[in-house]
Amino acid sequence: MIDAKRADAMLGGGPKRIDAQHAKGKLTARERIDLLLDAGSFNEYDAFVEHRCHDFGMADSKITGDGVVTGYGTINGRLVYVFSQDFTAFGGSLSKTHAQKICKIMDQALLVGAPVIGLNDSGGARIQEGVDSLGGYADIFQKNVLASGVIPQISLIMGPCAGGAVYSPALTDFTFMVRDTSYLFVTGPDVVKAVTNEQVTQEELGGAGPHTTKSGVAHLAFENDIEALARLREFVDFLPLSNRHPVPERSTDDSPTRKDAALDVLVPTDSTKAYDIKDVITRIVDDGNFFEVMPDFAKNIVVGFARLDGQTVSVIANQPLVSSGVLDINASVKAARWVRFCDAFNIPLLTFVDVPGFLPGTAQEHGGIIRNGAKLLYAYAEATVPKITVITRKAYGGAYDVMSSKHLRGDMNYSWPTGEIAVMGAKGAVEIIFRHVKDKTQAEADYVEKFANPLPAAQRGFLDDVIMPSQTRSRIIQDLKMLRSKTLKNPAKKHGNIPL
Amino acid sequence: MGIKTVAIYSDADVNSLHVRLADEAVNVGPPPTSKSYLSIPNIIGAIQQTGAQAVHPGYGFLSENSHFVHALDAAGVTFIGPNEKAMAAMGDKIQSKIIAKEAKVSTIPGFNGVVEDADHAVRIANEIGYPVMVKASAGGGGKGMRIAWNDKEVKEAFKISSSEALSSFGDNRLLVEKFIEHPRHIEIQLIGDQHGNVIYLPERECSIQRRNQKVIEEAPSVHLDAATRKAMGEQAVTLAKNVGYYSAGTCEFLVDPKRNFYFLEMNTRLQVEHPITEYITGLDLVEQMIRVAAGQKLAFQQSDIKINGWAFESRVYAEDPEKYLPSIGRLNKYIEPAIPPSGSVRCDSGIVEGSEISIYYDPLICKLCTHGPTRDAAIKEMQHALDTYVIKGVTHNIPLLRDVISHPRFQSGKISTGFLPEEYPAGFKGHALTEQTRRELLAVAGYVYARRDLRNRSWSVGGGSLSTGARPPTSWKLHVATGADGAFHDVTVTKKGESFVVNCDGTDVSIAADWALESPLIRACLTAEGVDSSVVVQYLDPLPLGFRLQHYGTKFDVQVRTEKQFELSKFIKEKEKIDLTRMILSPMPGSVVSIAVKADDVVAEGSELAVVEAMKMQNVIRAPRAGKIKKVYVQAGASVAGDEVMIEFFDEAAGKN
Repeated sequence: MIDAKRADAMLGGGPKRIDAQHAKGKLTARERIDLLLDAGSFNEYDAFVEHRCHDFGMADSKITGDGVVTGYGTINGRLVYVFSQDFTAFGGSLSKTHAQKICKIMDQALLVGAPVIGLNDSGGARIQEGVDSLGGYADIFQKNVLASGVIPQISLIMGPCAGGAVYSPALTDFTFMVRDTSYLFVTGPDVVKAVTNEQVTQEELGGAGPHTTKSGVAHLAFENDIEALARLREFVDFLPLSNRHPVPERSTDDSPTRKDAALDVLVPTDSTKAYDIKDVITRIVDDGNFFEVMPDFAKNIVVGFARLDGQTVSVIANQPLVSSGVLDINASVKAARWVRFCDAFNIPLLTFVDVPGFLPGTAQEHGGIIRNGAKLLYAYAEATVPKITVITRKAYGGAYDVMSSKHLRGDMNYSWPTGEIAVMGAKGAVEIIFRHVKDKTQAEADYVEKFANPLPAAQRGFLDDVIMPSQTRSRIIQDLKMLRSKTLKNPAKKHGNIPL
Repeated sequence: MGIKTVAIYSDADVNSLHVRLADEAVNVGPPPTSKSYLSIPNIIGAIQQTGAQAVHPGYGFLSENSHFVHALDAAGVTFIGPNEKAMAAMGDKIQSKIIAKEAKVSTIPGFNGVVEDADHAVRIANEIGYPVMVKASAGGGGKGMRIAWNDKEVKEAFKISSSEALSSFGDNRLLVEKFIEHPRHIEIQLIGDQHGNVIYLPERECSIQRRNQKVIEEAPSVHLDAATRKAMGEQAVTLAKNVGYYSAGTCEFLVDPKRNFYFLEMNTRLQVEHPITEYITGLDLVEQMIRVAAGQKLAFQQSDIKINGWAFESRVYAEDPEKYLPSIGRLNKYIEPAIPPSGSVRCDSGIVEGSEISIYYDPLICKLCTHGPTRDAAIKEMQHALDTYVIKGVTHNIPLLRDVISHPRFQSGKISTGFLPEEYPAGFKGHALTEQTRRELLAVAGYVYARRDLRNRSWSVGGGSLSTGARPPTSWKLHVATGADGAFHDVTVTKKGESFVVNCDGTDVSIAADWALESPLIRACLTAEGVDSSVVVQYLDPLPLGFRLQHYGTKFDVQVRTEKQFELSKFIKEKEKIDLTRMILSPMPGSVVSIAVKADDVVAEGSELAVVEAMKMQNVIRAPRAGKIKKVYVQAGASVAGDEVMIEFFDEAAGKN
């Protein structure tokens, strides 16, 4: 009897529906768990759970497990909790019991301190259950919020996710998607057509493409289920298990004292020439391994994880290759949320600065660059984790202050010899200071000499040192060791009021 | 020699190696060669600025420019090379042949004049002996060229070639000369002093060529016997003496399978491939050139010249070996082969890691030379050197070099200038894995997977309760595909102490390797079926499910799947390559600095399309895909709004329908 039920649970919606799932190029809930977790490590909760709905003939229609597989297991030996919605069972729709299963593992994850990974593939609410289903969503939302900042929460969208269901992924720390087979939208194409008469496909409306490039809703997109789950394992390897666990550290063969002479010539001498900041990042971190997050959204700022001497660090960097690395609304919001995640989980912040300022123009001003730019400022100022900053070239105006400056409690603030810390570029500055002077060539040269180098800032102690690029790696690794015992607390408060 | 050196450089070469190595360095202008390295006034300026007493011209740019020699003479500066008169005489290809003929140097038999008609052509052909080549006197590029083996073919060739010549060059005059079958390119290095002494050094064979450019050279040649070597050397010496030539120079010959040799031309400078001659003679040719320029007598005689072993040179180019297209970019990783204490590897390069390969100059990265007591030994040395040469960031031709040097026909020495087109008729497609090289690749892939997997579980901090005390895995069941064919092989890895046994398709390979995780070089000792072998495989980049390895010079995208991944991959749909957007939009508001393309241009992915300046910063807009340009909407100097359409590609997919 028990064995038979268990066998039922293993099959979800049955062989026919499994074939249909496969025909779409999608794997089943259990297959996905198998790929996500270490072989044989999965321990399931609630395999026998069935819904208790009696309306609309549901009493006769029960599927063991009720459309979601939950449990815990390991990724490279470390504990994670996982729920995987089963599209073959009632289309993965969310019933009250389905929600209860998810809430149970979230409670458990909070208790022991381990990440929760959701593999979403659900048609939405279990309509037959009505308000019970809605209540189930809200229960999950509430747990998402309470868990936020305590345990990492990751959503991998592997099928449809529409309506109210989208808000659980939105509340989690990271939302990843699978290209061509996953969709996220509040209202689907049919409703869109009815309300606005706009014709749009699922993919155009809420596919991985628009969400990773335009809306910024999703952080990464992967080619297919297998690749997505393999890369998700890699991603989880960077994360602490919870806010009370230390930042993970694993062995590396990359020498902590490795010098990189190529860095000394990487930043172009002509300050109007672009270069790829990712070349800088990959040359400094362990094994050249930089796991970039949101690579296709607001490309003028780069964020992601890397390791230094085996320990996870968070990298934030202006990207001179895209719009000169200027800060705009999207870049500020992207980086602000990133910085807050890392601060919540004690992941040290390593910031590379080459920023010409905030982007001017009506689009930005009317779009609220002031309140949005303030988010990044707030996030850096609030962060109490180790903060190390390297100015590679320009640090102009308010953007200098924002980008983890000494004034925002930076622990170690460096500049390379190519650094320029000034209110603005020499030309603009001279236009203002010497408004009435005709020949501004000399004045410009003077301004360049005064500010187009790191010395004035170093003389004031705004920079702790000017270092050779080739030595950056060894210096930062030393600093991170020194900062391990850093303790800094913000004044006690219920919570701050970030300019949302 | 204790001589202080001054390097000259253009703006593009500020960070070059030669600038760092020289005692002083002078900037001679902007990147285009006409404004820097070819600018005689700028270079004379650099000489005057530094007070340099002599100039070595290297082997490009102005090295064969008699005007430059003249300018130096006028400035009272020594040119390290031949005198102006000899350079001018031998520099002219037609004149040098006439001089050669007068000096009784063997030249290609032919009719020195214009052929009147088809019958005349037949008469000439019979005088020269078949086969003959009928070619346009204004010709080039193979147009208007025909090979004829008998009278009938000569008549036909005359007809076709003269009409082709007329349409291609507007000139239907034809020449007839002996056609050399299976020619080898063999050249004689000369060194002479200003006192009338000229000595020939052992030959170099440069038959491995692509589009008339040398790729691999060797010294000596397997083809020459002592008598031929002596005959060629003596003719070359006579020629040089006849024009009063001194310093280093090279006479190029074509040699047929019967060792008949024919003079082609003389290079009045040091040649790129001179190191292999230095290897087998023990002479330093640049030193000899400097001594000669200083008026010293050669300190050795013809009888002192011996051949010591064998030497090869591989020209490592930043170019795609499949299409021979130059590649540009930054050398993200650049590690030259280690130089053994014996000095049997020599790596002459001008770049370092982080250097940029620019569009301005020749894409030669390095001249890689090896030396050994025998030809086989020098080949082995070259194979190892190529395997351990790490170049990332630009496409390079090491795959081709590695394949040629290991080719059975090359190893047997039966080569000719037709080697590359004959052996790779459809173009070079990378190393085709053999049973052995595939097994090596699979074994290393299994090893790499296992090492990385063990590393992934090596938590020293933050592993949590379940990872503490967990036993690391000791065996891995994998499925590995080595590339294009996509076929998966069963690979089982078992860890035995510090080494691993990798079962590849049923054959056990034990592998002990030296690999710092994620570093480029994997040195592995393999034992399979009782046979030991050692290989160097390069680890280039991790992939989402596997990694890119380089084996036998060629890159392989190695796909590694676990048992589960492999089993489930059958459900994953293959996706069509998505057509990247046809429209190139301005990434931001700004002004267009330059547009690099026009309508109907065909561009490669990643090539520059336009430069937009905003906030005093230049942003290069690159092609997101390969394709043909349909329309360019903006011009240089125009202002563009953010997301404004700048350039449109043709829609190839629509065109097909």
